Amino acid sequence: MKRFSTLALLTGLLSLPLWMSNLYVLHILIMTGIFIIAAMSLNLLLGFTGQLSLGHVAFFGIGAYTSSLVSLGFEVHLLPDWPVGLEAKPVWLGMLLGILLAGLCGWVIGRVSFKVRGAYFVIVTVSFAEVVRLVALNWVELTQGPMALNNIPVLRLGVPGWFEFAFLRKPANYYLVLLVGIVAYLLIRRLVNSRAGRAMIALRENEALAASVGIDVTRYLVLATFVSAGIAGAAGALYAHYVRIVDPEVFSFIYTVTMVIMVISGGKGTLAGPIVGGLIFGLLPETLRAFSIQPEIQWVIYGVLMILIVYFLPEGIVPALRRSWQGWRERQGAPALKSEASP
Amino acid sequence: MDQLLQHTLNALILGGTYALLGIGLTLIFGIMRVVNFTHGELYAFGAYMMYMWVMLAGVNFYLALVLAVALGIALGALIELLLLRRLRGADIDTTMLVMIGAWIALQNLEQFTWSGVAKSINSPFPSSPLVLGPISVSWNRLFVFAVAAVLIVATYALINRSKLGKAMRATFQDRETAALMGVEINTIYTATFALGSGLAAAAGALLGPVFVAYPSMGDLASLKAFAIVILGGLGSIPGATAGGFILAFMEELGAGYISSGFRDGMGFLLIIVILIVKPTGLFARRERIG
Repeated sequence: MKRFSTLALLTGLLSLPLWMSNLYVLHILIMTGIFIIAAMSLNLLLGFTGQLSLGHVAFFGIGAYTSSLVSLGFEVHLLPDWPVGLEAKPVWLGMLLGILLAGLCGWVIGRVSFKVRGAYFVIVTVSFAEVVRLVALNWVELTQGPMALNNIPVLRLGVPGWFEFAFLRKPANYYLVLLVGIVAYLLIRRLVNSRAGRAMIALRENEALAASVGIDVTRYLVLATFVSAGIAGAAGALYAHYVRIVDPEVFSFIYTVTMVIMVISGGKGTLAGPIVGGLIFGLLPETLRAFSIQPEIQWVIYGVLMILIVYFLPEGIVPALRRSWQGWRERQGAPALKSEASP
Repeated sequence: MDQLLQHTLNALILGGTYALLGIGLTLIFGIMRVVNFTHGELYAFGAYMMYMWVMLAGVNFYLALVLAVALGIALGALIELLLLRRLRGADIDTTMLVMIGAWIALQNLEQFTWSGVAKSINSPFPSSPLVLGPISVSWNRLFVFAVAAVLIVATYALINRSKLGKAMRATFQDRETAALMGVEINTIYTATFALGSGLAAAAGALLGPVFVAYPSMGDLASLKAFAIVILGGLGSIPGATAGGFILAFMEELGAGYISSGFRDGMGFLLIIVILIVKPTGLFARRERIG
């Protein structure tokens, strides 16, 4: 049953560009997919280790900027007569470096900020994102500041001299995002179901207890931040080479908030949660726009929805659905599902 | 040297309003354990109320100031009654998410109501600055500093001398015991949130005429208030007061001698450094206020 639905879902997703010819819808799906990847990465931290990172957009933006800069090439003067430059490199290398640098920043931030917890951790991550945004805005020589990085090349893959494929059109980008999304999903699932994942869940549930049985708390938190930041960086790199323009607005706090809403509404700490929440909140703006609702009111609705979800669906949609599905089966007299130890 | 004097004076004057912001936030956190993300929106609300009363309704400037603060207190009480009361006992992350939701809703309501265009607010002060030898200061800023100083002293007096303040401090130390001694916890919470919000609205109402009012002004105010509070240690009022002035000095000197683009970044760098070096904040006296 479960395998069947997974297969049906995959077939639907894979065949979608074949029967969906509306490019606008495809564009919305690509953007939603990119944000779902980012939300999945946030979920690894927020859902599985229980740390609310409100600076997650920093990793997304670092991935986007790094990948764009490497593929565009740049030259900066660290000292007036000491230029440091980089020739334009292939896009795949840029993406890889973007992921690595984002992960590295995650590692450093994790090292630094896991000295503190709760409210302090939240504020450190917010501050980090703000500092990065200010750097992107003010280091004009590197980032073009508010003028934005333009004409970012698209991803090209192939064997030199043989053939080359450019991810220029929307269906190709759709498959690229889908592929990265699936890889990220499998990576997170693998991590969460491993020893390290159990350690993370243990320290989410009771940090003192986890430490007392010998779990190296900081190590696992830093590991989670590293992976999470790397995946967020991948989402940022995808964004940069799809939209092909990057400005300091990618560091807007509102993107972090969008990711948080996606995770919370879908169900933090469940693998499917960010996907469900991401679909809802990725497609909701377009739905609201169809009713010609102004963007401000749309955000007001977001805020109110967030409050309502916390009040009425504190666990999120996926766990709530799962429970009602189980209840329904029990009422039908079927043996209760072996509770899918909500990974 | 003259330049340094000027920067110091500017920092002193800015620090007053920063301290107001910080004290409000730290009170709310200390007593209620709520990380108040709407704090900056209350600040923006104060500035917009000044705009509404002074520029649209034509009310006297000083009366408008009082009205703006009173409305800020009312809005704070409303938020507490509507959103936070039912979350009593919930963990800190839950309340944080609700406050983030409220923040987004409030900010966009402000943008919807007042449009994204920045509004300037007239003040009754002469435009020529007060010149003291090599340094000068505008009358408006002097007024801002004076009012901020009065409000800081009044808050200290309220916390340390009044009966309400005593009940607040008792709640801060031990909620259950305070309740057993007959302190109305719910009233204390509403009063605390209203007071903190009123201080934020006052800061906004004071700075609105100096700068301009715009919808996202609250974001930076919130983040700065967090920086100030972390600097002083969450829950410490003297810490928040000192933190406000320290942040103002850092910003003013950073903008003057390093780069004005990074003015607003100083606070965040400061937070990161403080948390690495001394995570409890500079002035935390082991979880006490007053």
